[in-house]
Amino acid sequence: MMHLAVAIDHPGTTDPRPYVHAARLAERGRLDFVTLGDAFGPRTPRESRIDALAVLARVAPATERIGLVPTVTTTHTEPFHVSSAVSTLDWVSRGRAGWAVDVSPGETAARLFGRRPAAPDDVLWREADAVADVVARLWDSWEDDAEIRDRATGRFIDRDKLHYVDFQGPGFRVRGPSIVPRPPQGRPVVVVDATAGPARGTAARRADVALVRIGSADDPQQLAAVRAELHDSARAHGRNPRHLRVLASVPVALHTAADAVALADLAGRWYEDGAVDGLHIRPEQPGRDLSLLVDGTVPVLQHRGLLRRFHPGGTLREHLGLPRPANRYAPARETA
Amino acid sequence: MTRTARRQMHLAAHFPGVNSTTVWQDPRSGSQIDFSSFEHLARTAERGLFDFFFLAEGLRLREHKGRIHDLDVVGRPESITVLSALAAVTERLGLAATVNATFNEPYELARRLSSLDHLSGGRAAWNVVTSSDAFTGENFRRGGYLDRADRYTRAAEFVATARELWDSWTPCGRARPFAHDGRHFSVAGEFDVRRSPQGHPVVIQAGDSDEGREFAASAADVVFTRHGTLESGRAFYADVKRRLAAYGRGPDELKIMPGVTFVLGDTAAEAQERAAEIRRQQVSPQNAILALEQVWGRDLSGYDPDGPLPDVDPDPGGELAQGRVRIGDPLAIAAQWRALAEAKGLSIRETVIETSGRQSFVGTPQEVAARMAEFVTREAADGFILVPHLTPGGLDDFVDRVVPLLQERGAFRTEYSGTTLRGHLGLPVPVWNSGRP
Repeated sequence: MMHLAVAIDHPGTTDPRPYVHAARLAERGRLDFVTLGDAFGPRTPRESRIDALAVLARVAPATERIGLVPTVTTTHTEPFHVSSAVSTLDWVSRGRAGWAVDVSPGETAARLFGRRPAAPDDVLWREADAVADVVARLWDSWEDDAEIRDRATGRFIDRDKLHYVDFQGPGFRVRGPSIVPRPPQGRPVVVVDATAGPARGTAARRADVALVRIGSADDPQQLAAVRAELHDSARAHGRNPRHLRVLASVPVALHTAADAVALADLAGRWYEDGAVDGLHIRPEQPGRDLSLLVDGTVPVLQHRGLLRRFHPGGTLREHLGLPRPANRYAPARETA
Repeated sequence: MTRTARRQMHLAAHFPGVNSTTVWQDPRSGSQIDFSSFEHLARTAERGLFDFFFLAEGLRLREHKGRIHDLDVVGRPESITVLSALAAVTERLGLAATVNATFNEPYELARRLSSLDHLSGGRAAWNVVTSSDAFTGENFRRGGYLDRADRYTRAAEFVATARELWDSWTPCGRARPFAHDGRHFSVAGEFDVRRSPQGHPVVIQAGDSDEGREFAASAADVVFTRHGTLESGRAFYADVKRRLAAYGRGPDELKIMPGVTFVLGDTAAEAQERAAEIRRQQVSPQNAILALEQVWGRDLSGYDPDGPLPDVDPDPGGELAQGRVRIGDPLAIAAQWRALAEAKGLSIRETVIETSGRQSFVGTPQEVAARMAEFVTREAADGFILVPHLTPGGLDDFVDRVVPLLQERGAFRTEYSGTTLRGHLGLPVPVWNSGRP
């Protein structure tokens, strides 16, 4: 089955209601997840925005199935805080959280923090890669069955099932373990925009979902090539390439029902050609485009048997057909 | 409201935390991490018309004798994210997050708090805490150690910088660049969140030292104190309120709210029995030895919790616990404990139970309501932060049985009159500061 996701960015909007409305629409369309972008500093001068992860936490209790993937940047935010916040989003959404990893380039963002000078993208992505590494380790730093509540010995946890991560990254260290117990999905879904070179290695090493930006008029063969490259690279890092979903991230503007059907045609063609595992739609105007996507594009794809008609699972990993990851710190215990 | 009208108290609910106050062995004790537990407690607090719901924070799991402390609840979610989710299932309740000023940066935290204020329609609060220890620092880039004095100056400058960011948008929605150049922070640019419904989220402070009180008087809207008795509460209350004038603030602009525990019973005797049973649950045999080791500074794992106190003296230099508040003079405490154990013939565990704090309010709902109201009329408190011992049902009885009695006495609101936390607390809307001389 094809995977479908949609960006629900509402530039300038600090009211939670349009985000809730958009996420509910996407849920009704049986999409895999919604994304919400974030960065420090206004996108355009004097434009307001609010913290993306907080918005999707606000959306979580108002939805039941849809995956929730905020951007959280790694350049100025403490890795320990990234880990705790995304893990908590997974807890409040009962296993529907993802994390779109990104960096905060530029002198303007650096001056908002006044802590370190700006650095080139490849340096920032090397750091982002290490942050994604330690964050995943922190998610694993509690084994799933660490909480025992053993009245006989008075122990709430089995501390042998909590682990120090003792991670050394470029310019930072983290001791661990996490303050938050291992989240429902084990590890929330990691999403990386692999379009630009510096991010592609991180996508191959760390991502569950890689996004590749492309215009609807572009040649899908470029997509197939990037997907093959990501799979090869993932394999070279010892990963199963089938555990990496590659989605074409496409800007769309849907004005009519015919536009919605045309989008379904495009998505179906790219998917059936084997260029991508699905689409990440970036609507020009979410208020207008999302309704047409859900009521126009989705039914066509469902009718062709390319898209699910209901969410069979409850977690984002289940929507994406990705296994719940084993814990790297748990010794391989013999099963009975 | 006239001056003769009865002063109404403010109430807040503390989610049961990661210390021995929280009883996890009880069959009624639910998850400490599932969202449903947070939702239950928050909805109960809102049903009781509480001012706010309060979450504590930890940035490093506590250790004892070099290993992770395993006898109390361990682990919790990240506060602001949980409160953002609770904003969806509550409508009026204030949402207070404890967030450390040492291991965060003003731009990011001001943005997260302002976001919570937007998402909740003006219900956000920030409990400012600081830490200085290298132990917690091991989880963060900045690592290391801050001098005790430095952590307050950093916290004060942090709050001032956050207010500059919040004020960089005018009340009518125009954004202007900010620049702050101080000892701890040198930042400049544009803040990207428009002014939030409360202007500034409510600021809570919990320090009890002289510097902490001064910081509260200068910068906080609410003080979370540990002064649980009428006498020490009155002294603290008078002292902190007296300090406000120097900052051009009136006595009503800072609310004093002690953190308190409670036990209810149908009769006074039943409440006392229950209180004793809860203290027994809080001090398990293993927790009794641990409490002893914290005073003695030695490994006492060979001792029988049901046997007598050790003959060996404390090691004043012994340092077994990490991530906990340090206790006073170990030799003096040990001497007190021995005298008590001797006089009453108590075992180790009984001694620890006896010396661990009594619950603040124990009695019938009528007695508890009367006593709480007395604290407020006699100016020992403006209200209370209630710390239940059970998750998630620990507040149910209080809301069902005590709140109506407080309302009958005119000591507590019978409906929410406003929509923001500032409104519930009767705090003024912050004056917009243009940042220009």
